[in-house]
Amino acid sequence: MSDLNTSMIEKYRSSFLKEVEANVEEGEWVKMCMQCGVCSGSCPLGKHWDHPPQEIFMMIRANKREEVLGSDSMWMCTSCYNCIARCPRGLPITHIMHGLAVYSKRLGLTPKKQPTAEFSQIFWDNLMKKGRVNELKLGLSMNFKDGFGEGVKNAMANQKLGQNMMKAKRMNPMEAFGGHGVKSPGDLQKIIKKAQEIEESKIQAAK
Amino acid sequence: MADDKKFAGYICTGCGIGDRLDASTLEQVATRDGKMQSCKQSEMLCGAEGVQMIKDDIANDSVTHVMIAACSRRAKVEAFNFTDVALTRANLREGVIWVRPDTDENTETTQEMADDYIRMACAELKAMNKPAPSGEQELNKNILVVGGGITGMTAALEAAAAGYPVHLVEKSGALGGAVGGYYKVIPTRSPYAEPAENPVPAMIETIEANDKITVHLHSTIAKTDGAPGRFSVELATESGSSQTLSIGAMVQASGWKPYDANQLPEFAYDKSADVVTNHELEALAVAANGGPIKRPSDGKEVKSVCFIQNAGQCSDKEGHLSYFSGVTDLISIKQAMYFKELNGDCDTTILFDNLRTPGAGGEDFYRAGQQAMVTFSKGIASEVVAGDSLTVKFQDKILNEETEMACDLVVLATGMEPNSGPDPYALLALEEIEDLDERAKKQEEIIAVAPPSILNLEYRQGTDLPHLKNGFTDSHFICFPYETRRTGIYAVGPVRRPMDIQQARDDATGGAMKAIQAAENAGKGRAAHPRSGDLSFPTFRKEGCTQCKRCTVECPFGAINEDEEGYPMYNESRCRRCGTCMGACPVRVISFENYSVNTVNEQIKNCEIPEEWDEKPRILVLACENDAYPALDQAAQAGVEVNPWARVVPIRCLGSVSLSWVTDALNSGYDGIVLMGCRRDDDYQCHFVRGSAMAAERMSKVGDTLESLNLEPERVELYEVAITDIQRAPQLINDMADTVEKIGLSPFKF
Repeated sequence: MSDLNTSMIEKYRSSFLKEVEANVEEGEWVKMCMQCGVCSGSCPLGKHWDHPPQEIFMMIRANKREEVLGSDSMWMCTSCYNCIARCPRGLPITHIMHGLAVYSKRLGLTPKKQPTAEFSQIFWDNLMKKGRVNELKLGLSMNFKDGFGEGVKNAMANQKLGQNMMKAKRMNPMEAFGGHGVKSPGDLQKIIKKAQEIEESKIQAAK
Repeated sequence: MADDKKFAGYICTGCGIGDRLDASTLEQVATRDGKMQSCKQSEMLCGAEGVQMIKDDIANDSVTHVMIAACSRRAKVEAFNFTDVALTRANLREGVIWVRPDTDENTETTQEMADDYIRMACAELKAMNKPAPSGEQELNKNILVVGGGITGMTAALEAAAAGYPVHLVEKSGALGGAVGGYYKVIPTRSPYAEPAENPVPAMIETIEANDKITVHLHSTIAKTDGAPGRFSVELATESGSSQTLSIGAMVQASGWKPYDANQLPEFAYDKSADVVTNHELEALAVAANGGPIKRPSDGKEVKSVCFIQNAGQCSDKEGHLSYFSGVTDLISIKQAMYFKELNGDCDTTILFDNLRTPGAGGEDFYRAGQQAMVTFSKGIASEVVAGDSLTVKFQDKILNEETEMACDLVVLATGMEPNSGPDPYALLALEEIEDLDERAKKQEEIIAVAPPSILNLEYRQGTDLPHLKNGFTDSHFICFPYETRRTGIYAVGPVRRPMDIQQARDDATGGAMKAIQAAENAGKGRAAHPRSGDLSFPTFRKEGCTQCKRCTVECPFGAINEDEEGYPMYNESRCRRCGTCMGACPVRVISFENYSVNTVNEQIKNCEIPEEWDEKPRILVLACENDAYPALDQAAQAGVEVNPWARVVPIRCLGSVSLSWVTDALNSGYDGIVLMGCRRDDDYQCHFVRGSAMAAERMSKVGDTLESLNLEPERVELYEVAITDIQRAPQLINDMADTVEKIGLSPFKF
């Protein structure tokens, strides 16, 4: 558990809802849910979620902080936007789910080995190197994320997929040597670094 | 008298009547069989020329009785509005040509149908007199409003604004009623974002400044006598003095009382002072005087509060209210916002199962509550555990778990109960019990739990307005929401059904307008709804009366009192002219000038019954003029076919049907009888409330008559018909024709 987590627990002792309002992107919408359940019924992946959006909202109001932030559920969102399109109260549910995921990651509460969370990190790291995603390296990083032995197994299993992608010119083996990128990745990294500094100072201020 | 009467018939040949029927035959029937002294034809009787012709005959030839053979009596009423004569209409358009196919093989039966309707109309006319007011009327503009709450005050202000003097009677020492003690009210104007200022203090000021309104505080009604236009109301004050007011019409706005939360031991209402009802919370909010709301037990500022919705209502448990009071969810949202306003960062939770926020701004106000950080949890509270801090145990319906929460104060969203007087029919129903001891015992039981009377009516049928369900005053929900079962007395506000302030104020305005209308109508001797404007009223032949009291007991409107000898005493301005008394009378002594046992009997008799070997049956249809007859008219417009053997007689209400009509019709050779009235009992649509139910009860005994005549029971059928039954109503008649074909013609044809 991070320092940030401990200080947030201290600060919002009685109301997780208020914590969500203050710290989660679009979190101020959570209180407007009227528990009709249309979002849960509309989610194409709903049955794979431990807690569909309607329940997540109710759990936030019921102060179930650890259960929500440690949940696998909001990581399951595929951003299909069905729930947003259908919510009679106009809640940006997809955005709230991503907001909750980001917040849980910031506090270090994301479940270990959560595949979507891991993929997101690998994707980000890959992107930041050259400002463009390197598909070959991204694929390899995903295959080998759990060590060399697992990596070989994964690579064998995905062999056919890789070949097809190369045939369709979706993946270039030459990418292994450097690969493509933006004109000056260094400048991009500076921009991102500055943005992260601003965000970090906000987070510290919110403690 | 007979010499003064002059009968004139008019036959319209427009709208295709002349093409389908032989008008000269019709005219012959009217003069020869119908004995009209004159009979004229017009190609368009409802046109200016036709109407002028009739008017001229009335003015120049002193015609007193007019028979118009044209369209349905429901069509062209404005053109054929001759008030100074007795009038009847033979329905040749909707009743004959529109319901029969235009083919050669049908020409004969169609003409017979038309001939019969002319004969029947002429015969009815012969038995009619011109209705006129009794001459007992006087205009009394005084309006009495019972109850000084927000409903009563609104009614008083509205009536006064229309220029009518108002007497406002209030039992307590101050105006304002329940809402008077509220901190704030549910907003009624956009943006519906926060509780609104209580309108009562301003209303009290306006009333006190209004010289048309006389306020009687500390007063109750000791006695109400008379009828609309001449009510005599005796007021009794707390100090023992009394005064008598002369009143034209009345509005009863006796309001509501909160449900007794002592019946909810599971929520620790009786154990903890910190469990309060929504009604009691208003007093706490007012007592806070702009500061934070405090706990009743120890005066500590409330830091967390839980509202339990539907406490003791919307439930089929013993002692709970079976209905939802409509407004309690909005009230809880409003009260939760009190805490957000007065108690700073107070945790405010509303435990709901079904949150219902009716009204234009309901949903907006709900959102406003959510914006203000009121927590809405879908859950059902099972128990409140008393202690220093209260524990509310509940089932979370979304997370599907049994859980609990701690709070300083619990508010129970309890429902509204009507502040009605005792139900007059509770005691009247006991008259059925033959054993006198048992009757007395039951009577005591009822009186022991009965609320005190509000109106103290000196009516044969009891002291107060009749109830419908759950003690709420009966008023005609479907068609005439303010009309109670006591003419000229209008129930408004939550005594009629649970409602919020805005609804109650709208209701009060409507009720005040109806009261004014009733007073004006009474001044002219005209009936209230649904026969509004009708001048006829029932009278009885005293020498024939057996003092059986059926009319006085069965009148749905309590219009008839009894004198010392037990003879009926009519109060025509209480009467709605339904004729239920006429149908009740076993000796047929009750009649209206233009509607009586005789007028219908004459119609029944003057329809030609063909000989048995003609194989032309006759089916008598007695159709209620309010729903069944218009349904048949609309069916005719839609071109739905009706069997040519049917002869339809419109009646005021099924309740006015005299059993003798049925017996006489069967005796004179009719093959089947169809009775059509409105829906009866709890969800009645009968315009006269009980008429249809009374008829059903009386007709349940018609089987004996049929048996004594050795006739099949299928020959008489009684149906509930709604105005929308356009396909069904003609079908019921056609079904009877099929039945007759199956079981054969009546043996009573001579």
